[in-house]
Amino acid sequence: MSTPDLLYSEAEDDLRAAVRSLLTDRCPPATVLSEAESGRAHDVALWGALGTEMGTAGLLVPDKLGGQGATAREAAVVMEELGRAVAPVPYLTSAVLAAGALLGCDTGQEPVARLLGALAEGRTVGTLAVPLSTMAGVSGPPAATVRADGDGTLSGQVSSVAGAAGADVLLVPATGADGYGLYAVETAETSVTVEPLTSLDLTRPLAAVTLTGAPARRLAGPDRAAAAIERALLTGAGLLASEQLGVAEWCLTETVRHTKERHQFGRPVGSFQALKHRMAALWLELVSARATARYAADALATDSPDTPVAVAVAQAHCAEVAVRAAEECVQLHGGIGMTWEHPAHLYLKRAKSDEIALGTPGRHRQALAGLVDLAAPTG
Amino acid sequence: MSTTGQHPAVDADELRRRVRDLLDAHPPATTAPLDFLRARFDAGLAWVHYPAGLGGLDAPRSLQAVVDAELAAAGAPDNDPRRIGIGLGMAAPTILGFGTDEQRQRLLRPLWTGEEVWCQLFSEPGAGSDLAALATRAVRDGDDWVVDGQKVWTSSAHIARWAILIARTDPDQPKHRGISYFICDMTDPGVEVRPLRQITGEAEFNEVFLTGVRIPDSRRLGEIGEGWRVAQTTLMNERVAIGGGRVPREGGVIGLVADTWRERPELRTHDLHQRLLRLWMESEAARLAGERLRQQLAVGQPGPEGSAMKLAFARLNQHISALEVELLGEEGLGYDDWTLRRPELVDFTGREAGYRYLRAKGNSIEGGTSEVLLNIIAERVLGLPPEPRTDKDVPWKDLPR
Repeated sequence: MSTPDLLYSEAEDDLRAAVRSLLTDRCPPATVLSEAESGRAHDVALWGALGTEMGTAGLLVPDKLGGQGATAREAAVVMEELGRAVAPVPYLTSAVLAAGALLGCDTGQEPVARLLGALAEGRTVGTLAVPLSTMAGVSGPPAATVRADGDGTLSGQVSSVAGAAGADVLLVPATGADGYGLYAVETAETSVTVEPLTSLDLTRPLAAVTLTGAPARRLAGPDRAAAAIERALLTGAGLLASEQLGVAEWCLTETVRHTKERHQFGRPVGSFQALKHRMAALWLELVSARATARYAADALATDSPDTPVAVAVAQAHCAEVAVRAAEECVQLHGGIGMTWEHPAHLYLKRAKSDEIALGTPGRHRQALAGLVDLAAPTG
Repeated sequence: MSTTGQHPAVDADELRRRVRDLLDAHPPATTAPLDFLRARFDAGLAWVHYPAGLGGLDAPRSLQAVVDAELAAAGAPDNDPRRIGIGLGMAAPTILGFGTDEQRQRLLRPLWTGEEVWCQLFSEPGAGSDLAALATRAVRDGDDWVVDGQKVWTSSAHIARWAILIARTDPDQPKHRGISYFICDMTDPGVEVRPLRQITGEAEFNEVFLTGVRIPDSRRLGEIGEGWRVAQTTLMNERVAIGGGRVPREGGVIGLVADTWRERPELRTHDLHQRLLRLWMESEAARLAGERLRQQLAVGQPGPEGSAMKLAFARLNQHISALEVELLGEEGLGYDDWTLRRPELVDFTGREAGYRYLRAKGNSIEGGTSEVLLNIIAERVLGLPPEPRTDKDVPWKDLPR
């Protein structure tokens, strides 16, 4: 195994600065909350600026297919910043999961290349139509709940799909006479119903998708579809660790700021050792979370054979760090952390939802057991 | 009329006889619930350890259980103790301890029957854990006090008739010494109640803005400047009230998760199994500790375990509800309802896992943060030296805020 690069390159720092500057201007917490309450699936204007104008939608897509030709390392930096802002944009669902699935198909085929190019521009929004809780690996690709009929249409339901509301196109795993395949379906079709669900995470809403004879285009058949979906889910899980890192970072930063300012008993509450040590301990957890998230991003970027281990470690670790940081953020803010006006709850809800997304920490540890030969006890 | 200790000792048999008399004179089946509750109060069977004439019989507190069991068996109406918990648990013992005869006569009966709901105007945006730092001012004007300030986290303010209120009457004194304790009429001009929406989406609490509210001096409890001492009675009773009741095995949130585990084998993983078992045992341990505390109280002395119970329940509620959301997986990604609602009671078990997870976050903040309670245990139980204090003898007006 070659030594992974766990640092940030200068180009990655520049990318971060640009994304952060945009999000600071256009995506402050009050805007996130009002956007979440608006019932809109995502912030369209913000996604235009971030995905299209800044080009982040196409980071993972090669130049020749209309993208930026960057790697998971750069995408991970974007995810960190999006986590730090709990930004309501379809980056994970469209630029990572949907684009990732298409990259696993035969990009020499015109429909695949065309759709990939459209997603890379950010003007077309897509998502992979699987429940957000779906995890890569372990027992093969997610079983399709949708049926492909001989007439080129799809029928069936998919529950809890992130990014479906607000998507123009759905990438749907389905099984038909030809076996397992990945299909593209336009949400504008009348035979497609996308019903928004009430989601724990206000900033990444879920929807139930129902297809009743929806016209579909097959993008990959049994030879490629499963691997393409697996790879997309693995990439998604690996990059989600960076989002979790960003969530945790905001929580710690805000908690430190608050406890320096909030006076009780005639002194800033941050001066109490009982609180001080907890924030210091959280910082330590962030140090290791950053290392695991960086390793997952680097492994994905270099197509390392250790990628499944890197992703399992990063997900199991960062998910728990993010939840702990968000919970500490609420607690150490005291009463104000329990209010709707204060953004702490948006981070707690994102962190808890992210803990389930693309595999819980427990399931990633279980996957790790198989990968590193630490079998569970039998009997 | 006697108010203390004039009656001969009342034992369990005597109480059962009095309950039978009450039921004969006011059969629950044919008596309006409020009439029954008033009659029960007048018979001294409301809170038997209270003085005669004030709903009690000067009986040992432990005998209340005898009365409650007899009345429940007879299908008698109850006074909805959860809805009026602040009145019962906090206002009543304070009024009993510090009120004038006139105040006790006027206030305790409708408090106990639930005709008048109470709320507690203590916490402020700048005075949470450090309650004595409060900034709401009460300025003397003739026979009245004029009150200005803002209170927060007020349960039941939107349905309350009365409030117990602490306010600063002397900013030149150190913070604990310049506070007085009042009874505030929530219907008075200048009292404005606004919903305070919280992390769960609902507005279970309120913010209360007090602007030029006139409170007659006759509604002060305790001496001027002695409000902190009076408030200690209220707060001590608050902590006793939390985590007091008897619960069966799996009686708390652990029961909900245990049932899900039993009914949904497809959700099980090795990781969750070990965590669930650990939390189940911790819940059982906490339940037994609660039962032990209850037995201790029954024989006389409340131990410091009250604070420990609150800490344990907060931690367990949080860990169990966190595990529940994770156990549910895809379902845990959903939420039942974000609509702004104004419940009169917290319905912890009637809602879904996501609500429990979010609401439980408040358990370690409300009624004394876990951090403050741990300090209390360290200092008062273990006798460890306190943190250095810089605010003790400084006039309130000179404290950094």
